[in-house]
Amino acid sequence: MTDVAISLQVNGRPVEASIEPRLTLAGLLRRQLRLTGTHLGCEHGVCGACTVIVDGAAVRSCLMFAVQADGAEVVTIEGLALGDDLSPLQQAFRKNHALQCGFCTPGILTTMHALLSEEPDPTEERIRDVLSGNICRCTGYLPIIKAVLEAAGAYRKESRL
Amino acid sequence: MKPAPFEYARPGTLAEALSLLAEDDARPIAGGQSLVPLLALRMTAPKLLVDISRLSELKGIDIKPEGIRLGALTRWCDVLNHPQLAAHHPLLVEAIGHVAHYQIRNRGTVGGSCSHADPSAEMPAVAVTCEAQFEIASMRGMRIVPAEEFFLGILTTTLEPDELLVAIRLPHWPAGRRYAFQEFARRTGDFAIAGCALFWDEADGRCISPHVGVFGVADTPLRLPTVEATLTDHPVTPGLIAKAADLAQESVVPHGDLHAPAAYRSALMRVMVERALSSAAATLPGEAA
Repeated sequence: MTDVAISLQVNGRPVEASIEPRLTLAGLLRRQLRLTGTHLGCEHGVCGACTVIVDGAAVRSCLMFAVQADGAEVVTIEGLALGDDLSPLQQAFRKNHALQCGFCTPGILTTMHALLSEEPDPTEERIRDVLSGNICRCTGYLPIIKAVLEAAGAYRKESRL
Repeated sequence: MKPAPFEYARPGTLAEALSLLAEDDARPIAGGQSLVPLLALRMTAPKLLVDISRLSELKGIDIKPEGIRLGALTRWCDVLNHPQLAAHHPLLVEAIGHVAHYQIRNRGTVGGSCSHADPSAEMPAVAVTCEAQFEIASMRGMRIVPAEEFFLGILTTTLEPDELLVAIRLPHWPAGRRYAFQEFARRTGDFAIAGCALFWDEADGRCISPHVGVFGVADTPLRLPTVEATLTDHPVTPGLIAKAADLAQESVVPHGDLHAPAAYRSALMRVMVERALSSAAATLPGEAA
């Protein structure tokens, strides 16, 4: 099969790749770019672990071919921290014990980062609705909701600047 | 890499896309939210994927006096975030609120859902209930197909291999129409085990032109003509609602599957129809159900 040349931005850096069309965006990130913070759980769009942000929107990177991200701006879990400092959302997760085994955490953080960037003042109900797209088997979800509510303040400040 | 190998093309115009789809064993991909799982599970393995996701001809929501035209590439988030759509078609917006999850709503499209034709999906149910018209294009020309004739069975539509669904037209929705959408799924965002979409207009407290659709209970979404006939020209009272729900249950014999035995699905459908009728009857026109 014919490889396709693509160029995109990943976490602010330009990336060029020549790939098989059947390579998913998750595959590109993990195998070719070695950004293994994006986790693959079910690989058919049910668990949410592989969520990344493409052109500002949270999407499942297992349900998108890398060729479809040609020209896009992609943000992964590796792009959330501010240098060596955790982002306010990551700090809130740490403080509230919103992660245990950590497998689902990258997908939940990217999802909630996309949500709060767009809607910096979500209700608890809205957070629950959005969180329903991510499966977590450890936490019972409640500390995650608490952490997101707590971190939302930082996004509201940001949007006022 | 789970899918079988395929070639990939991203045409710049609809005409180019249709010419590529006329090739042997080509399939369109847009959001990919239904197709990529099928490819990953190797339930399908086309030679060529034609990426239509950037075709401007297939985008846009047009609200006109005669109705609403949804370009096939309209995503779930476009429907939910549209500033006027809830006023012009509240049933559509309420139904789409039940589609999958946040991340999937950012990529999944109305055209993709209808072309995929899952019998439990919301968009096909709304299209059948509302007598939508499907605009279908190919190198051979354009044809318009009513929703009820579009869906042929589980994951099966009237689309020929070289054809592409380009838009869905929903007829005008008059103000004051009563409506409701009900579905039951074990987890938020899952496909429904059974559901009901319905609406009617009212004159002198009587039910005019009721449309009652059910989904998840047969190979395609279904209108229930016997139920509609029972409601027509009568006030929708609790007694009539119970009678109509019984009739709905008698008129469809669902299959059982992994998710629900046939008897459970049948009973659940009755409850969905009853709740939808009660909710629509209780809601004042213009208010959300």
